[in-house]
Amino acid sequence: MLGIKGKDLTLLCVVAVLALCAPFILNPFPQSSAMAQFNAGYPDLMQRFVIFGIFAVGFNILFGLTGYLSFGHAAFLGVGSYSAVWMFKLLSMNVIPAIILSVIVAGLFALVIGFVSLRRSGIYFSILTLAFAQMSFNLAYSVLTPITNGETGLQLSLDDPRIFGTSVSDTGGIPVTSLFGMEMRETSTLSLGDWSFQFSNGYYLCAVLLLVSFYISIRIFRSPFGLMLRAVKSNQTRLNYTGLNTRPYTLAAFVISGMYAGLAGGLLASMDPLAGAERMQWTASGEVVLMTILGGAGTLIGPVLGAGFIKYFENIFSKINDNVLHQWFGGLPEGLENAVVWFTEHFVGSGWNLTLGLLFMLVVTFLPGGLVEGGTRIGRLIRGKSKRAEKKAAQSKPAE
Amino acid sequence: MGILEVKNVNKRFGGLQALGDVNLSVAENSVHAIIGPNGAGKSTLLNCLVGKLIPDTGSVMFDGQSVLGRTPYEINQMGISRVFQTPEIFGDLTVMENMLIPCFARRDGSFKLNAIRSVEGQADIHDKAEAMLVDMNMADKRHMHAASMSRGDKRRLEIGMCLAQEPRLLLLDEPTAGMARADTNNTIDLLKQIKEERNITIVIIEHDMHVVFSLAQRITVLAQGSPLVEDTPDKIKGHPKVREAYLGESTPA
Repeated sequence: MLGIKGKDLTLLCVVAVLALCAPFILNPFPQSSAMAQFNAGYPDLMQRFVIFGIFAVGFNILFGLTGYLSFGHAAFLGVGSYSAVWMFKLLSMNVIPAIILSVIVAGLFALVIGFVSLRRSGIYFSILTLAFAQMSFNLAYSVLTPITNGETGLQLSLDDPRIFGTSVSDTGGIPVTSLFGMEMRETSTLSLGDWSFQFSNGYYLCAVLLLVSFYISIRIFRSPFGLMLRAVKSNQTRLNYTGLNTRPYTLAAFVISGMYAGLAGGLLASMDPLAGAERMQWTASGEVVLMTILGGAGTLIGPVLGAGFIKYFENIFSKINDNVLHQWFGGLPEGLENAVVWFTEHFVGSGWNLTLGLLFMLVVTFLPGGLVEGGTRIGRLIRGKSKRAEKKAAQSKPAE
Repeated sequence: MGILEVKNVNKRFGGLQALGDVNLSVAENSVHAIIGPNGAGKSTLLNCLVGKLIPDTGSVMFDGQSVLGRTPYEINQMGISRVFQTPEIFGDLTVMENMLIPCFARRDGSFKLNAIRSVEGQADIHDKAEAMLVDMNMADKRHMHAASMSRGDKRRLEIGMCLAQEPRLLLLDEPTAGMARADTNNTIDLLKQIKEERNITIVIIEHDMHVVFSLAQRITVLAQGSPLVEDTPDKIKGHPKVREAYLGESTPA
């Protein structure tokens, strides 16, 4: 089906089910229970899961396959966002042209940066991309203020000269982004007993695009082009002496992953039409590296898992504060309670980065293949156990 | 005129004259060996042929076309494949994938954005790679990681990968260096078999005289960057200058 088969098809189906049922899966706890704060099934967060999933899937095409570690991918995300917002300002509030433009502009931008950066490899390549991204950030932050609106960030306003559509909505506000009239922010809620599940148009647009991106990434991984990219990572000397030019291969991979980042940026702006320079900062570039490595670089599903994992931590752990902790440990004697809360609060709230850092260290040290390797090991353990049990059974029979 | 013509090639590294007025003519479909003591300039000469180094002066013509100024992948696409002293293969990939890459390179040229159809879906390439694995006697290893194989198997795979490109000239840089006797003999047999079955010219650099004398039809002896003698193996064996410069000293009796 769709030109892929076997494990890849299963994987695509799993991602499809996960993405489409996310409003249910991420909302396992009833609204009134104490665990409700661990629910992640609200549109804003689900959109982030999926959008950063796209970003990481694209990054993985470059880093996972060719081994070229780009430290400037957030630049393409930012460029995508700015392009999308400009499209909303000038053309129409429909997200399709905005997304298309953001992908194209990010691709062109990646072509230029990649052309220069790919003259070097290894650490020099990483530093070059980092330099370009910081340059883009500073340009967006100050120099190019007429285009990017500097530190305030680019926003829609009531006097935007929108060609197709109106500058002001019927109610006198700024019009909202939509897909042929379907508003992105529109959300319907399904209440089942104590549970309430939210379905947002915006989320489902992102989820469909994630599936398309994931599918394309599978095709690339399994194509001769993907094979060449893995060969680049393995041995460039042999590749050159096999009559293959590595530069266009790596450049194509760089541009493709830049376009993925542009798509993610365009989607961010489509969900919430504003774009700020901080989206291009090096911390944002570092985040996608973390996502990919945490999930499992070079694997298909890894980046999606990594993106979900980090975004969940960022949004859920950072919300836990003193009060919540006191509630949790209220049963302990007061002195002990205070001590435990004092200790724990360093790892939650604004300290969630500390937890993330520790987790990252543990994963990289003990599971170099990321979460995917963890999953495979658990799978092997279970299968190994059942196999051993079978063997035992087989051995015990002749003895009887 | 031979398929490979090297004329008056000079190469200097700082104060060291690595190659001085090297002339070499390799006849089509022959096996030509280049021997010489360490530091004689054998590898430098080879690097000049494949585009890794550019000679200071002189010309290198392959099949009537100059290779100078071309990059390694362009020269490879002209029909020159090189086997390295330490096997250069794609260690992270499986043996089958290793073999697929030169087949794609042969069909699609130095770059093609071939990202739509899957590797499995391309039967012509698959059959060719499979046939080459069978030829190299490695079909049972097709799912192995290339890096985990023995040195002899890596060498065999590398030679197979070069042959999959159907080159007209195969350059071998000490193909048996660091090999056990049994592996060396296997490699000799393999090269003999290749010579019989294919229309191919082979240039071989080798230290092991056993290998050289079992394969070569002509031998060039390099010493201190210049060709000393060029002749048939029988004549080289008895040549006093060669004995003095090379054979007498460095081959075990």
